[in-house]
Amino acid sequence: QGRFRISHHALDRTVREAISNPNDHKTLGALRPLSSAVVESLSLALKMPFKRYVEIGRVAFVTYGKEYGRLVVIVDVIDQNRALVDSPEMVRGQINFKRLSLTDIKIDIPRVPKKKTLIDAMETADVKNKWENSSWGRKLIVQKRRASLNDFDRFKVMLAKIKRGGAIRQELAKLKKADVA
Amino acid sequence: GSSRPFHKYETDNVFLRSSASAARGSVGGEEREGGDDDLKILDMVVFRFHQYQVVGRALPSAIDEHPKIYRMKLWATNEVRAKSKFWYFLRKLKKVKKSNGQVLAINEIFERKPTKIKNYGIWLRYQSRTGYHNMYKEYRDTTLNGAVEQMYNEMASRHRVRYHCIQIIKTATIPSKLCKRESTKQFHDSKIKFPLVFKKVRPPSRKLKTTYKASRPNLFM
Repeated sequence: QGRFRISHHALDRTVREAISNPNDHKTLGALRPLSSAVVESLSLALKMPFKRYVEIGRVAFVTYGKEYGRLVVIVDVIDQNRALVDSPEMVRGQINFKRLSLTDIKIDIPRVPKKKTLIDAMETADVKNKWENSSWGRKLIVQKRRASLNDFDRFKVMLAKIKRGGAIRQELAKLKKADVA
Repeated sequence: GSSRPFHKYETDNVFLRSSASAARGSVGGEEREGGDDDLKILDMVVFRFHQYQVVGRALPSAIDEHPKIYRMKLWATNEVRAKSKFWYFLRKLKKVKKSNGQVLAINEIFERKPTKIKNYGIWLRYQSRTGYHNMYKEYRDTTLNGAVEQMYNEMASRHRVRYHCIQIIKTATIPSKLCKRESTKQFHDSKIKFPLVFKKVRPPSRKLKTTYKASRPNLFM
């Protein structure tokens, strides 16, 4: 039924007190939805291994479908499975979490911002550079480059690999000789 | 002519377009940002259920020169079915059949703001194995068609009720304060935050799917 459940006995006492809400009579004993502050404290108290959260402003990478490879920002959460997602080159739309991979980058935006606000926030947070300098981003750039090589480029890569291999082996041979001697 | 709505359908303003101009736009109607056409649109969901407005009346006859015109908003997969459903309901309410009536207009109704998340309340009447029941369900979605589709799917899964056994009485956009169900209310948090706990990364296209894999998947986000 779409609730993020944490078993009661697993919780730290202080955190449990923070969560329990005397006004909540209708929820069949299940926990009230957790506010972000509680999630943070949970994460520290329980040492939850989650570092990337679905939240407003989280930058995500689309991993399936027509929009594969695009970086989008989560601007609102529709329900347990879907988020409203936006990007400077895209009309705001909904997407399933199954099609997203969360990144480490988070920007500061109000809920469902105007396009201009979104673009400004992305500029100040410098999402593009952060992404391209992150290891994930760099790997993608390399993948793209490799995929776009033509035959001559691949020939050049082959020669470069042979050259590099030769240089490594030379150094290794030197070290071996020094070791023996 | 006078059109008296006999079914209280959702009263918020719905953006109406004739079916012809609808063909020009795309399914579901998406927002064009400032007339910028090279903005990409996310995989637009093709709705199974479309919302139609059907307007019809009995044929004018010697007894009644100007019969009352009735309008109805309903959900159907296509226009033909919408007209059929219109007569089905109208027959139950007034003494008129398709054979002595005429449909004056049928227009598809599109979502006015398909990028705004709304809470939809749907009142329905369905037939179970033992009788008829009324129900009120809430859904959180960007479009009414999406919410209706969710409703049909949920009724089928939870109650084994199929499409033809469900009659939508009323739909409405509910402001967050008035939502009744916990499962929609739990998303009414401006600082909502949760981790994706179980994440199976799937191949980016179905072509790259394989039955066997060399290594077990890493489910951690």
